[in-house]
Amino acid sequence: MPLIEARNVTIRIPTEDGGIHAANSVSFSVEEGELFGIAGESGSGKSVLMQAIAGLLPGAEIEGEVLFNGRDMLTMSEAERRALRGAQIGMIFQDPLSSLHPFYTIGSQIAEMIHAHEKVDKAEARRRVVEMLERVGIAEADKRYDAYPHEFSGGMRQRVMIAMALILRPPLIIADEPTTALDVTVQAQIVELLDEMRRSFGTTVIMITHDLGLLSSVADHVMVMYAGTRLEIGATEALFAMPAHPYTLGLLRSSPAADSNGSPLIPIAGKPPSLLARPRGCVFAPRCAQASDLCHTTPPPLRRYSDATEALCHFTASLPEDEPVTEQTTPPAASRTSARYVVEASGLSLTYRSKKGFGRAVENHVLKGVDLTVRKGETLGLVGESGCGKSTLARVLAGLAVPTDGEVKIQGEPIASLTAARWREMRRRVQMVFQDPFGSLNPRRRVGAIISDPMRIHNIGTAASRKARVQELMETVGLNPEHFNRFPSEFSGGQRQRIGIARALALEPALIILDEPVSALDVSIQAQILNLLQALQRDLGLTYLFISHDLSVVRHICDRIAVMDKGQIVESSTSEQLFRAPAHPFTRELLGATHHPPALTGVDTRHLISETPFMTQEAQA
Amino acid sequence: MIAFLTRRLSFGVLVLFTLSAFVFLLFYVAPGDPARMIAGEKATAQQLAQIRENLGLDRPILVQYASFLGDALRGDLGFSYRNQQPVVDLIVRRIPVTVSLVLGGVVVWLAIGIPIGIMSARFAGGLRDRLGQVFILIGLSFPTFVLGMLALYTLYFLPRKNGFVLFPPGGYAPLLDDPLKWAWHLTLPWLTLALVTAAIYARLTRGQLLSVLGEDYIRTARAKGLSERCVVYKHGMRATLTALVTQLGADIAVMLGGVIVIEQVYGLQGVGSMAVQAVRNQDRPIIIGVVLLGGLFIVISNILVDLLYAALDPRTR
Repeated sequence: MPLIEARNVTIRIPTEDGGIHAANSVSFSVEEGELFGIAGESGSGKSVLMQAIAGLLPGAEIEGEVLFNGRDMLTMSEAERRALRGAQIGMIFQDPLSSLHPFYTIGSQIAEMIHAHEKVDKAEARRRVVEMLERVGIAEADKRYDAYPHEFSGGMRQRVMIAMALILRPPLIIADEPTTALDVTVQAQIVELLDEMRRSFGTTVIMITHDLGLLSSVADHVMVMYAGTRLEIGATEALFAMPAHPYTLGLLRSSPAADSNGSPLIPIAGKPPSLLARPRGCVFAPRCAQASDLCHTTPPPLRRYSDATEALCHFTASLPEDEPVTEQTTPPAASRTSARYVVEASGLSLTYRSKKGFGRAVENHVLKGVDLTVRKGETLGLVGESGCGKSTLARVLAGLAVPTDGEVKIQGEPIASLTAARWREMRRRVQMVFQDPFGSLNPRRRVGAIISDPMRIHNIGTAASRKARVQELMETVGLNPEHFNRFPSEFSGGQRQRIGIARALALEPALIILDEPVSALDVSIQAQILNLLQALQRDLGLTYLFISHDLSVVRHICDRIAVMDKGQIVESSTSEQLFRAPAHPFTRELLGATHHPPALTGVDTRHLISETPFMTQEAQA
Repeated sequence: MIAFLTRRLSFGVLVLFTLSAFVFLLFYVAPGDPARMIAGEKATAQQLAQIRENLGLDRPILVQYASFLGDALRGDLGFSYRNQQPVVDLIVRRIPVTVSLVLGGVVVWLAIGIPIGIMSARFAGGLRDRLGQVFILIGLSFPTFVLGMLALYTLYFLPRKNGFVLFPPGGYAPLLDDPLKWAWHLTLPWLTLALVTAAIYARLTRGQLLSVLGEDYIRTARAKGLSERCVVYKHGMRATLTALVTQLGADIAVMLGGVIVIEQVYGLQGVGSMAVQAVRNQDRPIIIGVVLLGGLFIVISNILVDLLYAALDPRTR
């Protein structure tokens, strides 16, 4: 008997705009002791599905059956479900900082879990908590019991969350994006810990993530969701070797893989659908490369394959035959060898002095003597973990922060010596694109105004010529120029990032600093933006400083890579060299921690055994 | 900690010093002649000059201010123009009334406002939330004196017309003489003060708790299998408390400086009513005294709130 089995779970969340179809007749079953992965992009319903099953979404209307140890969780009383939560089903969430209560010590938060389900005295609970904290790798656990969440690092906090989830030894743990908010090296540690814990306690784990590379290395079975629908489910190896569903195939092809360098990614066109209305045909049809008329009009059948893979599709995924030969898009050789530097920075250091609490002065050395050059026409990648100073370095290069020591030259001109007027002029030459496409655009200003602002500020052109230029820029970055009068909220995340890029392009800068430009985007959208950036560089001869924590993205787009750690650049070389022979231990650690999905074999070893019409509950009624 | 307190206290002294200078200057440029107020309409120029000389009003303002400061530092805020009594004594006599009114009111308004706010937030969008919102709306839109009059009419006048005394119409009985009588006399003022202020606290609690209940750590609490009571009261309210404390500190400080309308309605001889009389009489020493008292309360409460904040929120320590 499977530990947990969901049958035709349909979830509808009522909102002011109408009901959101968050899950659409989803079925899966998880055997005891396995690690079951649920993959999907944001909005695919993967988190909502598991939270609704656990009873954490009180507003959701949920139908179907979820058998946990043979008992239906959806029909049991709230009190029974509450008794299951924590004791039988442990949960780990994405952001350990916001998921822990800031005002209680971590020990008391874990002990609370014991007291909620068992009659145990305080000393005994504390003993058990300390023991578990030690097991998840928290040093001096007895002392750290009384520490608050903010006194821990991100990785340590996630260890605390894992200790909390495991403290009652539940048979099942649901881990919802457990590593997404963490640095790469920490991610690897946490995944390892989870794996070790589940083996030693025999815990079954359901891991929800958007990270296919991660699942390929740890999961036994994987379910791929899209727009609240289970498109594919199967054993990990088979699924990653050759997916049965075109969507899974598209996802794998749009992730920058381990060995591809510079060749354009194959993004999935379009954007995720609205969940308010359900289409008549296949939910993925509008974005599917293999879609035919049938897909748009008829719900796809459930196809079962010989290796137990199941996919919801009229067809079986296949690689296009006229696959374009992956050409190396090398920038013109002239610009490569050219000695003209756009940025020359030497000996940069920056120290913040802050007062903490009741007036203790604290010195924080963010940059410690950084030397950096960016040549004209190249893309320099700047990699490092959070807090290593890479964003601060970007701000210094852009003239937005003043270094304590050292010098920055932009096109040979030191920016420290500039007068106010010259400094303003210099600002034209360095532009930035930011990470959060939602937070970095003023929601009350129209897109046209946002893009033309830099020109207006620098008194370039007339109103009419600026408008023409805005429309030209929108066209360049792949936006509909007629939409210049719209507000940012009317655009999707990927489109907003295009707006940010258009704004940065407006002044034809010598250098564009891209600060984590794709890390807030889904894989399929990420590929679109990366391709756009490469095309723009080729056509306009742009110079990029590309900041990211994601090594595969950096390797894909950058000519040279500088690795930063604790305010210093520890290694800098060409991408190829860096990946082939990393010199610094930190670089090696970074590289070792990155998961890549295995390369597609493209070989289809399975065969179709049945094709049955797939009825959603609504259709049955 | 000691450095923090020293810094805050010296800053507080600076605030009070600035405040006194400002009030002094205000009287200098404001129209009105205290000598005329004291001597009456028929006083001769000579009498007026005599009074000014007695009060020291004929000296240059800087000299006046300097002598005021010198006395103030020794704890002497001068004498009332009206009845020649020391200002400090007058104020000290009035403080118990205002403190009784405010502190009792705090208890009542918190006891009404917070539960209503919690109820509204827990059942947001439902019937109980709407009821809470109606309460908030009524409390916020009723002028204090109307509410006071209504309370007087229904709880004092109507019962008395029917032959029994439910509550007295006002007045003050010292706490130490007879605590029951003290509470009985203050019940109506407390209720009135509380109804107006409870609405603000209900709204604040509702808003804060609602946003806290959307936090990830509340989801964690539910995922632990805690009861809903524990989730709301232990985890939710704990995080709401800091906002309430901040607001409460400011409100108590302002009110201790005098609850003008309610003291008037119920004939309570508190700091607020004294301030009103002093303004009417142009009794400058008393006005300055009351303003400084209000300033002192605000300075102290700000320091207390900061300390309390550090105690409540481990992140600020």
